[in-house]
Amino acid sequence: MLSSKTKILQLIVTLSACAFLLVPTILSVMAGVTANYFKGISSGLTLKWIYRVWELYADSIFLSLWLAFACLICTLIIGLPAAYGLARNPGWLSRLLEEFISLPLAVPGLALALALLQLYGSMKGFRASWTFILVGHVLYTLPFMVRSILAVLGAMDLKTLEEGAATLGASPWQRFRDIVVPNAMPGILAGALTVVTLSIGEFNLTWMLHTPYLKTLPVGLADSYASMRLEIASAYTLVFFVLIVPLLMAMQWASARAQRIAK
Amino acid sequence: MTLRLTNTAKTYPDGTKALLSTELSVAKGEIVSLLGPSGCGKTTLLRIIAGLEKPDASSEIWFDDDNVTTLPVERRQVGMVFQSYALFPNMSVRANIGYGLKMQRLSKPEIDARVTEVLEMCQLQPFAGRAITALSGGQRQRVALARAIAPRPRLLLLDEPLSALDASLRETLRDELAILLRKFDITAIFVTHDQDEAMAIADRVAVMSHGRVVQSGTPEDLYRNPTSAFVAGFVGNAMTLRGRVKGSTLHLDGGVLPLPKDGTGQTVFVRAEDVRIVEDGPLRGKVETVTFLGTHYRIGLSGITAEGLASIHSGQTAPKVGTTVHVAVEPAALMLLPEEAGAA
Ligand SMILES: Nc1ncnc2c1ncn2[C@@H]1O[C@H](COP(=O)(O)OP(=O)(O)O)[C@@H](O)[C@H]1O
Ligand SMILES: [Mg+2]
Repeated sequence: MLSSKTKILQLIVTLSACAFLLVPTILSVMAGVTANYFKGISSGLTLKWIYRVWELYADSIFLSLWLAFACLICTLIIGLPAAYGLARNPGWLSRLLEEFISLPLAVPGLALALALLQLYGSMKGFRASWTFILVGHVLYTLPFMVRSILAVLGAMDLKTLEEGAATLGASPWQRFRDIVVPNAMPGILAGALTVVTLSIGEFNLTWMLHTPYLKTLPVGLADSYASMRLEIASAYTLVFFVLIVPLLMAMQWASARAQRIAK
Repeated sequence: MTLRLTNTAKTYPDGTKALLSTELSVAKGEIVSLLGPSGCGKTTLLRIIAGLEKPDASSEIWFDDDNVTTLPVERRQVGMVFQSYALFPNMSVRANIGYGLKMQRLSKPEIDARVTEVLEMCQLQPFAGRAITALSGGQRQRVALARAIAPRPRLLLLDEPLSALDASLRETLRDELAILLRKFDITAIFVTHDQDEAMAIADRVAVMSHGRVVQSGTPEDLYRNPTSAFVAGFVGNAMTLRGRVKGSTLHLDGGVLPLPKDGTGQTVFVRAEDVRIVEDGPLRGKVETVTFLGTHYRIGLSGITAEGLASIHSGQTAPKVGTTVHVAVEPAALMLLPEEAGAA
């Protein structure tokens, strides 16, 4: 009797928490497909706001996708060898390096952006190009890539596996290609999805670094809230969700898988 | 292939002298076992031969007429079975075994044919397509062996290949491994800390202690003619008869024993099977324990020497615990060995 009461209470709390989170989201999304928000749903449903978003912000969408892709490539090129090096040479120096790479996690995005502006702001060509934002994104997402790969590599006896391959005639490069990379794959996948998701959704840092000609998806969102009709901003939110939610789900799945392997 | 090591030593960066200057030769087709207690430097020696560890400067390693001392591991053409097997979890059994052949750039049909042949030899055909994680310990051990020999290495190195297995499985696989190694007709070095394993598998055993090879010979030779107290104790579990040596007699707590020769400055050892319980023996001891072992009894005796003495007794009945018995040892069965400092 008591337990069924507690259960009902639990259910109510859970449902109201969900509602608290979901209702504003649903309202916002609904607004994006409502002909006139002030007249309400009765004014009819329409996709025209979504077309408007596309007309106005297609560039932002492509820029964000491109940035995420470039960021992924950079973090892979830097992160995979870094994680490998850290995994192969455990010790206090490696721990220190790992913490150092993770530093951007602890520093607010704004501060990171400010540091970048102070350092490179005077280099006009660089400052105004998309690669400037890319540098910020790489700095911010790199620790996620490194840690994700490191967790998987750290869980296996990499040294002995490589020695096994070496006695079979594999050169250092062949060992890396045939043994290290395939076995690190769950970590690489989880790291890659995290990097892409974070890069597409990153606002703080990007907002500081962007120029009027270089707006990413979240910066565009802020812009639309500030300067467009509410319906367009809401439609934008819808577009944002459609892009980010599947990525988020894939990321959670891959991270859970990598953690299972690393344990 | 013949293997020759001269003046080979290893000092780890932290200063540990894991291997002192060592000479070792292994003849073509010979199966040599490195036997010694944990931490005596067996793995270090094996890894130096494989090229996984860089020996100290004076060392030289020869494979036939090639000086391979500075040759990197991937070009030494050695097969190695690791203690943990180190099978690649990202590859099937087949791919694991074929990996060394792939590194030799053999054609695909050639690799397939060789892998199939090795799978058959090691009776692994039913598991060819399996993932490594879907194998039992014994099967993994065989895959590790198959992977090591598939590329036809010049030398096969095995580091305690049976130690990761259950005790019950170990004995069967030990005999199986002895047969397989003979079938491969390969020069092999087999590391173990288990004397039975070494005796069962090897043509020749090199006993190691504290970073050096203290004696090497056939199992019979080591058993019958140990040259040091350590070998006598480690191979065949010889017991010390601690007492006072006076010329060619040994004075023990339980009586006086004649020695085969003048034993001044020597320590006397005896094996349990040579300690006989007889009516008119010169030693007297008290029966402490009686263990029935099927074909014989193992009897623990006190009062003869400080550390206690065991006797293998093969009569139909055994003396009762607590009774006093007479014990004899043939002078020829006593081993007189120089007392050495630092022996384990
Ligand atoms: N990488 C290393 N660094 C420092 N000391 C080591 C290292 N590897 C082994 N040793 C030491 O060298 C000695 C011999 O080790 P090892 O060859 O593994 O012995 P075994 O295989 O006979 O058990 C041991 O005292 C061990 O602690
Ligand atoms: Mg060892």
